Formats: sequence, C-alpha cells, structure tokens
Amino acid sequence: MEIVLALAIGVLTASGVWLLFRPRTFQVIIGLSLIAYAVNLLIFSVGGLRIGAPPVLDPAVPDTSAYADPLPQALVLTAIVISFAMTALFLVVLLAARGLTGTDHVDGQEGEQ
Amino acid sequence: MNEALGHLVVAPIVLPLAVAALTLVADPRPLRIALSLAATVAVLLISVTLLLFASTPGNGVSVYELGDWPAPFGIVLVLDRLSAMMLTLSSTLALAALVFSLARWERAGPRFHALFLLLLTGLNGAFLTGDLFNLFVFFEVLLAASYGLVLHGSGAPRVKAGLHYIAINLGASSLFLIGVSVIYGVTGTLNMADLAQRIALISGAERTLFEVGCAVLGVAFLTKAGAWPLGFWLPPTYSAASAPAAALFAIMTKVGVYATLRAAFLFFPPDAGGGPSAAAPVLLFGGVLTIAMSAIGMLAARSFSRIAGFSVLISSGAVLAILGAGGERALSGALYYMLSSTLAVAAFFLLIELLNRARGTTGPALSPPVFADEYRDPYDDGPPSEEVGVIIPVAIALISGGFILCALLLAGLPPLSGFIGKFAMMAALVETGAAASWVLITLLTVSSFAALIALLRIGIETIWSQGERVVPRVRGVEFAAIAGLLMVCVGMTTHGAAVLRYTDDTVAWLYQPADYIAAVLGDAGGAPASSEAPP
Repeated sequence: MEIVLALAIGVLTASGVWLLFRPRTFQVIIGLSLIAYAVNLLIFSVGGLRIGAPPVLDPAVPDTSAYADPLPQALVLTAIVISFAMTALFLVVLLAARGLTGTDHVDGQEGEQ
Repeated sequence: MNEALGHLVVAPIVLPLAVAALTLVADPRPLRIALSLAATVAVLLISVTLLLFASTPGNGVSVYELGDWPAPFGIVLVLDRLSAMMLTLSSTLALAALVFSLARWERAGPRFHALFLLLLTGLNGAFLTGDLFNLFVFFEVLLAASYGLVLHGSGAPRVKAGLHYIAINLGASSLFLIGVSVIYGVTGTLNMADLAQRIALISGAERTLFEVGCAVLGVAFLTKAGAWPLGFWLPPTYSAASAPAAALFAIMTKVGVYATLRAAFLFFPPDAGGGPSAAAPVLLFGGVLTIAMSAIGMLAARSFSRIAGFSVLISSGAVLAILGAGGERALSGALYYMLSSTLAVAAFFLLIELLNRARGTTGPALSPPVFADEYRDPYDDGPPSEEVGVIIPVAIALISGGFILCALLLAGLPPLSGFIGKFAMMAALVETGAAASWVLITLLTVSSFAALIALLRIGIETIWSQGERVVPRVRGVEFAAIAGLLMVCVGMTTHGAAVLRYTDDTVAWLYQPADYIAAVLGDAGGAPASSEAPP
C-alpha cells in the first residue's frame, strides 16, 4: 500500500512540476492543481496508513493504538479548501490575463517561434 | 497582564477580520472609509499597547490559548518582543498606506478596504501565531488578500505581474505544506514550542528526515523573504502594484524573514556564542548574494519602483546574512535596520507615485473595468467642486525634500536611522572579526554606495534637470502619509538608543528559546501557561 501511494504522489508531483514550467497558462494551472493533489496525499499519509481505524475516540475502546491519527485528516481538509480557493482565484486572473493581452502565454506575449 | 489586557492579544487578528466583513456590506462609501480607517487606527493603538507591554522589563511574553485549550493540544497565540515589534511595524505601514489611498487609489477598484483589512489580518496572524500549520493558514490569508491588491487598479501590466506572482506563491505554499507535513510526520506535533522541545529526542534517520522537512520549509520562507535565488519575482511585482499596495507589500517579505528567524532559533537552538548552527551557512550565503544582486539590480534599474523593489531585498538580505553569520549585537543592529528600511521603502513607494506624477508618466492608462461596480479611474478627479489639491511649486519642493530623506534612509547615510542601523551592524561585525564579517561589511558599504548612485542619478534626472515638467496635483492626505512614515524614521533616529535597547532585548530573548518553550508549555509540563507578572 505504501509503495502504491508513494508512486502516486511521485507521479502527480512530477507531472505537476513539468506542467508548471510549460508556457501556457492553462498548463500552469493544471500543474499547480496536480501538485496540490500530491501535497494533500502526502499530508494524509504522514499520520501513517491504516485501514479500518476510526479517528474519533470511542469510550468503549481505551487503547489509543486502535485509532488513526485525526490531525492529518483535519489538516488535509484545510489544505484542500485553501488549494481549491487559490486555484479558483488563479483561474480568474488567468482569464483576465487572456482577455487583456489576447494570448494565453504566461508572459502575455508569444515567444520567438 | 490583567484579564482585559490578556484578551487584547487576539484583537489585532479579530478586529480587522470582522471589520473587513462589515465593509463588504456597508454601502455608502464614506461609511466604508470610516470603518476601515477606524479599524486600522485601533489596530495601531492595540499594537502600541502590546509593544509597551512587551518592552516592560520582567514580562515580555504573553500566551493566548484559543478556546482555552492547553498548549500542545490547542492553537496558541504568542506575543513576545519580536512579534510585538513586527505588529507595530505592520500596523504603522497599514495606517500610512490607507491614509494615502484615500486621495485616489481607494476608489480604483472594487472592495479595496476588505482586501486591505484582510491583508492586515493575515500579517498580524502570522506574527502572533505559535503553531506551524496556523502560520500556513495566515500566510494564505495574507497572500490571498495580496493577490487581490496586486491587481488593484487592473490593467495589463498588473495582471501579467500578478499572474507570475500568484503562480510562484502557490508553488511556495505547496513547499510550505510539504515541509510542515514532513515535520509533523517525524515529531507528531505542530506547536512550535512543543516541536522545539521534542527535537532533542529525535536521532538517526528520523533526524535526517526532520532536517529535510526544515529545509523544504526554509525554501518556502526564503521565497517569501525574497532571498537569492528565489527573489527575482519581487521587483517586477512590486513595481506593477499600485502605490498603497506596494507600500504595504514592503512588509510582506519581512514576514518571510520573521518566520525564518523564529524557526531558526526554535528548531536549531543556538550553541554558545554562535548563530543557529545547521542552517547558518545557507543563510549567510543566500543573504550575501541577495545583497549583491540587489546592489547590481539597483544600478541597472531605470525606474523608481524597481529601485524601491531592490531596496526591499537589501534589508531582507542583511537580516538573513547576519542571522547566518551569528552574533547577538549584529542581529540587533540588523533588526533595527530592517525596521528603518521597511518604513523608508514604504514611504518611498508612496513618494514614487507623486514623483511619477511630476514626471508626467502616470497617465490614465487604465483598461476597461473587469468588475462593473465601484470602479473609477484614480486620476479622474471628478467634478471640480472637490477639494483642490496643492498645485503650487510648494508641491515640488515638498516632494524633493521627501525624496532626499528617503535617499538618505535607503542609502544609510547620516544623520538618519538608516545610518544608525548600518553602523550598529558593522560595529558588531568588526568585533567578531571573522572573514565572513569583513565580506558582509564590504557588501553593505557597496550596497549603500549603489543605492546612492542609483537614487542620485534618477533624482537629478527627474527633479533637478531642465525640461518638460508637470506640476503635480497632490492631496494633503498623500503628504500626510509620507510625512508620517518619515517622521517615524526621524523618531527612530532621535530615540535610537531606546529602539536599539529594545532590539537588544529581542535578540537576547531569541537566543533563549528555553524561555519561549517554558512560557508556552508552562513550567514542568502540564501546568497551564502563565505569563502574569506578580502585581
């Protein structure tokens, strides 16, 4: 399970970074989204991977090792909301840039072809 | 600290946040202006109160537990000398920028006041929080507001610069999150004091992983601080932003510097005499190259705003380099220099607006509005019945006078506070006598010289040369804002000893991370944190 998750995070990050360095604004925003997904998965995994372990305390089960770490789950929720909002905001700026400059190049003008 | 004063610690965050929400629904423009002005003045007064509390010998730290949850479990706000100093700095700049914007810029786009107050919320939160993830949240609050403010006034150049700025900061935020999660994975805590306590217990492979996490986190902080080679985004963005936004952005790099300082002293406790050990060479190297790059950039710059952008970087670079080089007294001088140069750069950003007006290079150059509501050209002065600006040559004389003061402050020449700051740094560096110190002294001198040349050249070109010149229309509030910032710098000069004593105390406090840990976690563990000095 760890290998699969690590591979997923790695592939997402690599694709994200590659897209981030592309010249079109749409590629940049998709790259940033992929990096955000990778980071969210990473945060989720730092608490340790567990299957079937609840994060909320049950008075009947006093043994704390039976629970998953709830903090990364709370953190990842915050991180998802923030990255979602930032992506939406970036999308607005991207559209404004497209409207004002007439091109979707990140520098607002076409490079030398 | 008594009960009421204790709750004051949370006010610099909650007050602008609440008023920002109010300005969204407040409809008449004068009411909105009154609300945001009142909130900014109140935050400034609260910050000064907290500063006075922090500078009283004997106390100096106050811990506020949000929701009354004890320290390692709940999120804490920590007010100490460093954060009180930064709070006062940010609210001073905010007041000046807001007053300046009342003349024109406030009406150049929608929801300026809400964005402005949210930026203030984010800044104050970042300075006060004692929790690593909470620091991330406040960074995002201030960045989200700054994305709006950098686009304030619209226009293709701003949107273009804003696009780069947002992309870089989103990347840096991802790095921040990676660093935070790796650190949490190793230590199992996000409370900075608790973290600092647990670092001694980790070893071997875990220790390596922890240091990797800190390195990733450091890259994120240094990107915000604009250190070489991560700071190339700064001058274009700041020169594209509108004047009041740029003036407030002058402190945003200092948030990165603040976070670096805090993390360096807590996570890599200083060994006897030296600076923070593990990160020191990187910080020294990065800081030195930042100063060098900024000096070269200043000489190459052909516009006021790029010169101002590079001067923002010089003060960041100086603090980082001295943090790397180590030495308590030098760091105290660097903090003083950072205060003085941040105020001076903010005044300069505001003055640039007037200088460009005198040059006749502003123009109405604004594109069609993106949002239809409440959008006006800031240079459209409306019906002539409005207050008439100062249109006599007195305006030129005042602008020139302000420019000379800014130049003296930025170049670090006597008799103003820029000189005191540089002198304090150099005097302390000479005492240590290490090779790195001499490199730093040389660079600081060279950078002063570069700033002087760049400012003199462009100043003569604009103010003293013959040629076509427009007598600018300048409003009283614009002069008031700039004069206020410069007067604070003059005050820092005349009361230099008191300010330096305060920064000395701040650095002494930073060099004792055990006191910070004890204040947050409570003595002997388990006991609730208490900062009350005996009455």
